[in-house]
This record gives sequence, C-alpha cells and structure tokens, in this order.
Amino acid sequence: MTTRTLAGATVDINDEGFFTEPDEWTREMAVELAQEAGIDELTENHWTVIDFMRAQYFEKGTGPTVRVLGKTSGVTVKELYLLFPKGPAKMAAKIAGIPKPRGCI
Amino acid sequence: MTRHVVILGGGTGGTLGANRLRRELPDDVRLTVVDQDDAHVYQPGLLFVPFGLTHPEDIVRSRRRQLHAGIDYRQDTIDHVDLASQQVHLADGSNLHYDVLVVATGAVLTPEETEGLDGPGWMEKVFTFYTPEGAAALESALATFRQGRLVVNVVDMPIKCPVAPLEFCFLADWYFRERGIRRGIEIVYATPLDGAFTKPVASSALAGLLEEKDIELVTEFNTGEVDGVAGTLTGFDGREVPFDLAVVIPLHSGADYVGRSPGLGDELNFVPTDEHTLQSKVAPNVFAIGDATDVPASKAGSVTHFEGEVLVENVKRFLAGDELDGSYDGHANCFIETGFHKALLIDFNYETEPLPGHFPAGVGMPLLKESRLNHLGKLMFQWFYWHALLPGRDIPGIGADMPTAGKESVTSPSTPEDPT
Repeated sequence: MTTRTLAGATVDINDEGFFTEPDEWTREMAVELAQEAGIDELTENHWTVIDFMRAQYFEKGTGPTVRVLGKTSGVTVKELYLLFPKGPAKMAAKIAGIPKPRGCI
Repeated sequence: MTRHVVILGGGTGGTLGANRLRRELPDDVRLTVVDQDDAHVYQPGLLFVPFGLTHPEDIVRSRRRQLHAGIDYRQDTIDHVDLASQQVHLADGSNLHYDVLVVATGAVLTPEETEGLDGPGWMEKVFTFYTPEGAAALESALATFRQGRLVVNVVDMPIKCPVAPLEFCFLADWYFRERGIRRGIEIVYATPLDGAFTKPVASSALAGLLEEKDIELVTEFNTGEVDGVAGTLTGFDGREVPFDLAVVIPLHSGADYVGRSPGLGDELNFVPTDEHTLQSKVAPNVFAIGDATDVPASKAGSVTHFEGEVLVENVKRFLAGDELDGSYDGHANCFIETGFHKALLIDFNYETEPLPGHFPAGVGMPLLKESRLNHLGKLMFQWFYWHALLPGRDIPGIGADMPTAGKESVTSPSTPEDPT
C-alpha cells in the first residue's frame, strides 16, 4: 500500500497502481490517469465504461471482467479494446479508481 | 414432516455433498441428486490422456454408484429452476419440490463464444483437452505431430483448474523430448494474464520453469478470433500468434439451465454465492458448491472438496433454523505436474498466496518446488478421489482450513507496471 497525488489530492493505491479506496476518486483524477495510460482524451464511450465499472464495483464488490463488460455494458468487446487497448478491464478499472477486477483468479 | 434436499449435479461437489449430508441428516430428510447422464469423469485425469498416460475409460465411473444408500438418483436433463415455487422442472415434464436446493452443476465449455474456435479446423488442428472426446482426439494429433509450433492458449478466466494448461506445456516438453523430436518443435503458452499464473510468488516460480523448459510465454493475450485453417490466433489488440497445432481452453460458463432459471445466475450463468457460507445470494434456501459458484476461488476439485464441509454444516444449520457457520477460507491446493516424473505442490486461500515451505506442516511434501514425492502424490490422488473424497471421508491431516505451519513468509515480487 502506498499513496500518490492526483489532481491535487492524496489517494491510496496498491503496488500495481489500483485505488484501494474508490471513494477518494474524482472525475478529474480519471483524466490524469487516462493520460498516464496513453489516452489523451476521454470520450463519451470511455465514460460509459468508467461509470459502468464503478457502478458494478459498488453493487458487487468487484469490477467486471472484459467478458462481462462485453455482455452487459452495451459496448462490445472489440470496441472495448479500441477504447482501452491495454486490456479493458484492468486499464478501465485503474482509470475508474476501483481495485483490480477479481475475475483474474 | 419430511423435508427434501435436492442436489443438482452428480460431479465432485454434488457427490461428496450428498454423501456427507446423508451421514449428517436424519432419515426424515430425503436426498435426491439429479444429473443428465451417468458418467462421472475424474477431471484431473484428462490432462494425462493426450500423452497416452491414461485413457478416457480409466477415468470415468458411474455417477449413481458413487452415491451412498438412502440417496435417490434421478437421471434427467434439468429444464429450469423456479425459485418462487421451489420447484426443479425436468425435461421429461416432471417437477421436484425442494426445501433446500444445492447447485453443483459445475461449469461448461463455451467454444462458440469465441469467433472461429469451433469452426473449420476444430478437432483437426485446434483441440481442447478439457473434455474426454477432446483429450482423446488430441492424443492422436500429438502422436503424429513431429515438427512445428504448438500453441497452448487460455481464452479467458475463469477456467477449471487454472494450472492445467501450464502442466500441459510441461508435459508436452517432456513428451517431445522422450521422443527425441523436441528440437523441431516450438511450444508457446499464450495467456490473458500478465504472468504465468495469477498469484505473484507462484507466477514467478512457474515462469522460471517455462523458461528452463524453453517454452515461450505470451502474456496479456486476449483471443478474439481463431482461424483453424490458416493456423492463427488473433488477439483483440491485433496481435497474431501463428500455430501448427493449437490446444485451446475455451471460455467457461455455468450450466445452461441456470440461464433459463430466472434470478438464479449471473451474466455467465454462475450462481452468486457467499464466499464464506456458500449460501446463494439469490434465495436463502439455495446453496451452491464448486465450479457452479461465483466465489473468488479457483475452479478446482480441491476447492470443492474443502467447501464440502462448510456446505454440509450450513445446510444442516439452515434446516434446523440455526445461524450459518461462515467458515470457508478459500483454501485450495493442487499438484502441478512438471514432467519427468516430478511435480510441484501449491496450497493457498483467499488471503494467502501460494508460498514455499512444506505441506501440511514443517515436515511433509515440498511446496512450490519440483519433487518426485509430489508427482507420486498426484498419481495417488485418483485413488483418494474415488475412495475418500467422494464418499465424504476426511483425508488425514488435510482439513478445510489452510494450514500455515509449514509455510515460509515471502515478500511478493512487485508486479511490473503496465508499459503504458
């Protein structure tokens, strides 16, 4: 566990850079995190996925996997990879300020 | 008043659950197990079929005959479950009313979910060893494979026995070396994970073994499309992995009837289940065990075995109107066959990743280290499975809770950051 500064605030993250306290996240931080991940601008579709991931996390205690995202978010798996090329579930979870999805067991 | 516990599925969890429940519950509780066929497959044996080390007929027994006296067996396809009226609707039109339902129908393979996977080339150039038919067909294909690129690919997690594809790579290396043709064969392991395995310490040990055995590791590869004629796997990110022979572990889902039962399953037909009590989150009188659940443990027989004890205790408590005993800790262990008559053993739970040391205590089988003893343990396990695990007997020294006595403490190697 460690901390870092994002959009002027201190947040808790783990060794891999995932938020450990999703409540500390703000939309401004997402913009900064996205830029670090090589996404210059967050489009409407990016936000759809980010909001969906957070909603799922707060409902179920874990973010969805890519496969579940593809089945339920309204964005197909192919599109998800265009939006988040480095692996949608992980990359979007990081930007959305939630822990790494647990599907990866 | 007679009450009825209906167990859906006569595999590992359903069988050991039913046998343990029969011993623990009074005679006025009826027990019925439902399954669609009478073939209980010892699934860990499937790994050995492609290499001619065992045969499909040696790992299949009657489901019915593994169940003790006092348990009814109903062979029929399940159409759907109606949670509100507590009825299981069977394909022959009849219904079973339950007071408690145990879902133990495991996971099914869904190759049709991946573009091209079950298209041209399937079972000719593209195989899976996760079914008896697939494993047998792969045996013939391997026997005539003399040179080229063998690609072992996991489409996505979760899969049953997450180490089996790695074991397949290790055994393939051994198999081709024994035949003196390893030099002309490339072995590639393409995984959606960011390393050889999910847990850091074991992942780095297993990555070391892959390297030692000259097996190429392709990480974060998410299979989007399989072309079984041209011999190409294409990732969603556009990367291509060419092959001459592909061994693919298809996507897994829960059983089809779960999808036909309103409110019983999630998007993937797994049953939302409390990870400690094994009570489902869909109805208080519905429990689930093994691969059929969505608990964050591996889909593996050892998990099902350790869950069995908790399941039985909680079904008993539920029937008595008592509070449930939430004690399952995510304990899993498995032998990882590494070829040349050696194997590794790993032991872990929800909180503790696989660590080096010895199992079950300071003196015992080496953990996370290749040894002949572990290989013998793996071979002996089939006997334990039929004669101790399914009948619901405790294996001496191996309890449901993960032992910590023989484990070394290790600081996890930090996972490298995404190169983004």
